[in-house]
Amino acid sequence: MAQMTMVQAIRSAMDVMMEKNPDVIVLGEDVGYFGGVFRCTDGLQRKYGEHRVIDAPIAEGGIIGAAIGMAVNGLKPVAEIQFADYIYPGFDQVVSELARIRYRTGGDFDAPVTIRTPCGGGIRGGQTHSQSPEGIFTHVSGIKTVMPSNPYDAKGLLISAIESPDPVVFFEPKRIYHGPFDGDPDKPALSWSNHPKGEVPEDYYTVPLSKADIVTAGEDLTIVTYGTIVHVARAAAELAGVNAEIIDVRTLMPLDIDTIAESVCRTGRCLIAHEATRFSGYGAELTASIQEACFYYLEAPIERVTGWDTPYPHAFEWKYFPGQKRVAAGIRKVMEAG
Amino acid sequence: MTKKSRLHIPHPAARPGEEPDFSYLQLEPAGAHARPPIDARTRELDELSTGLIRVLDDEHKAVGPWDPDIDAAELQRALRWMLLTRVFDERMWQAQRQGRISFYVQSLGEEAVSIGQGMALRPGDMCFPSYRSQALFLYRGTKLVDLMSQCLSNTRDMCKGRQMPIMYHSRDGNIFSVSGNLATQYPHAVGWAMAAAIKGEDHVATSWLGDGSTAEADFHHALTFAAVYQAPVILNVVNNQWAISTFQGFAGGERRPFAARGLGLGIPGIRVDGNDVLAVYAVTLWAAERARRGGGPTLIEHVTYRGGAHSTSDDPSKYRPKDEWAAFPLGDPIDRLKDHLIAIGHWSEDKHQALRDELKEEVSAAWKVAQTYGTMTEGPWLDPSEMFDDVFAETPPHLEAQRRQLLELEEED
Repeated sequence: MAQMTMVQAIRSAMDVMMEKNPDVIVLGEDVGYFGGVFRCTDGLQRKYGEHRVIDAPIAEGGIIGAAIGMAVNGLKPVAEIQFADYIYPGFDQVVSELARIRYRTGGDFDAPVTIRTPCGGGIRGGQTHSQSPEGIFTHVSGIKTVMPSNPYDAKGLLISAIESPDPVVFFEPKRIYHGPFDGDPDKPALSWSNHPKGEVPEDYYTVPLSKADIVTAGEDLTIVTYGTIVHVARAAAELAGVNAEIIDVRTLMPLDIDTIAESVCRTGRCLIAHEATRFSGYGAELTASIQEACFYYLEAPIERVTGWDTPYPHAFEWKYFPGQKRVAAGIRKVMEAG
Repeated sequence: MTKKSRLHIPHPAARPGEEPDFSYLQLEPAGAHARPPIDARTRELDELSTGLIRVLDDEHKAVGPWDPDIDAAELQRALRWMLLTRVFDERMWQAQRQGRISFYVQSLGEEAVSIGQGMALRPGDMCFPSYRSQALFLYRGTKLVDLMSQCLSNTRDMCKGRQMPIMYHSRDGNIFSVSGNLATQYPHAVGWAMAAAIKGEDHVATSWLGDGSTAEADFHHALTFAAVYQAPVILNVVNNQWAISTFQGFAGGERRPFAARGLGLGIPGIRVDGNDVLAVYAVTLWAAERARRGGGPTLIEHVTYRGGAHSTSDDPSKYRPKDEWAAFPLGDPIDRLKDHLIAIGHWSEDKHQALRDELKEEVSAAWKVAQTYGTMTEGPWLDPSEMFDDVFAETPPHLEAQRRQLLELEEED
């Protein structure tokens, strides 16, 4: 075991897989010589050469389209899109091509591409460096969508993603790259070194792309969340003085509804929290799926705490971000209802 | 991959620790090219896209048929704008390093592009800027205090706190909103120019992007539309050699100049010394007149060098030689204009220093004023409930509900 940040864990996942499988290659803007703007690929080009860690032109559609072609020709590309906010020029390649290749060829072709991309706010990035577009991708049939909340899961899930026969869009919440963040920007930043999930094996292991994780067991209500907000939810539950069961969805598509439904049917109360906008957000799907599975067990309406339905405003980052107080207010509302 | 890879990987001429080498640039002396008539047929203009238009020669004299013959007073004003931009950039860079603003992008070494082009365009011509076009905002009348206030996201911020620093716009100055995404402005410029043509106006649209951004699909969309409709637009590629850590070869600049990108579509290209403000002015005037007379689009490549980091978020010494800019054969655009003015007897080193001192004071004074409208740590503050405005022209009920929710949370504090 080693202590790793999320950046190091993600790098380690690619390192392990490149070592293990010569077909795994990495491509993206600034990923090679420079090692990536967030350093996730630092050292990989020196170790594996510039033919396997490839600097790309600034063309997200080109990166994803070329990755599809490489995958069709037998490679296992791990493409980095520098910010999730920059992924849209590649969206046609994801939706119309990547997601459907196996289906439309009756299983004759496939394109197991992994797309890694940093997402989320909290770094003063304004509307073009803060978005959480995961819900747009879970809406597309044929791609798996993942968002880890800690280094251990990040490495295990990324290895599973690279090994997956299906394309995976892998969102990395950049605010927690270097430490867990409980939603209070005025507190000194924490590091992963004191966190149990900062303990990461240096070798190969996987976390399956099919299982949600019960982060904290509890009985008052179930909080269903993922990414940065997992850490916010823990602090918010403490603030609200409740014994919450917190579930980290981890893999958004396909969704592990069984783990979630079992919990919600037991607690009878459910809060969903994510950083992305609310309307048609991933929380809406969670709400519907949980309602279908747990309706007769629910003692209160399912509550959602999310980013507001506006672009991410630079000056009001912490008014926009669904922090502890907003999540705690949501918890109280769920607890007081019914 | 058991066999040896045959993939071509572009390599920059020099990485950290190596000697800078610009032998790939293909330079030509000032005055080497004729200035074709405005209505020349496109196929007669091919050499402009592979050559290099320069006016200022090695003795700092303006020579050749592209010399725009600008009077000395006007050139002194150009120098002032360029120097103001540099001093402003220096101050804002420092402000970011002091934690006063969250992010910054300077235009160090590229000031001649915005100023030379600003001078050549008419006020009614519309600009679709990149994030390194700050000099254009200054030239077109945006006050220092307003640019600074935008960077501070304060109560005077033109973007009402909604954008990262440097994402300016100027409705009165006819400059569209800077986007954080790359190349998106290029098709906008073409569409604006198409509208001008539809409306029968003689305005011209212009846009800018970097060498790296030419890889984006929007660059190619823009060129196609511009060519198909012969839109009155000037499309500029500011080739500053570097896109964060990747050199211009990663945008396909290894074999043919960016100016030649439009030739296959019949768009004339001009490759110009981007650090020669006279040459930039001259080619822009030529392209603008051609567009105004129905001659369609022109693609201009400005050969320049990104003198600083890409932004406050990267350290260029990690991916290119530290002294590379000093070795750049086209020099520093401000020094070159200064030396020209001295050579023709209309400037001196003393005057230059005095101007620099004066501009520093002007910038410092503006910075003090800007901060009175609020900083990241001190009020006055923008009203957070206004973040729900302008998502739609009329705020729909679900956003009004969210606004009320925010206000209730604020009251609890």
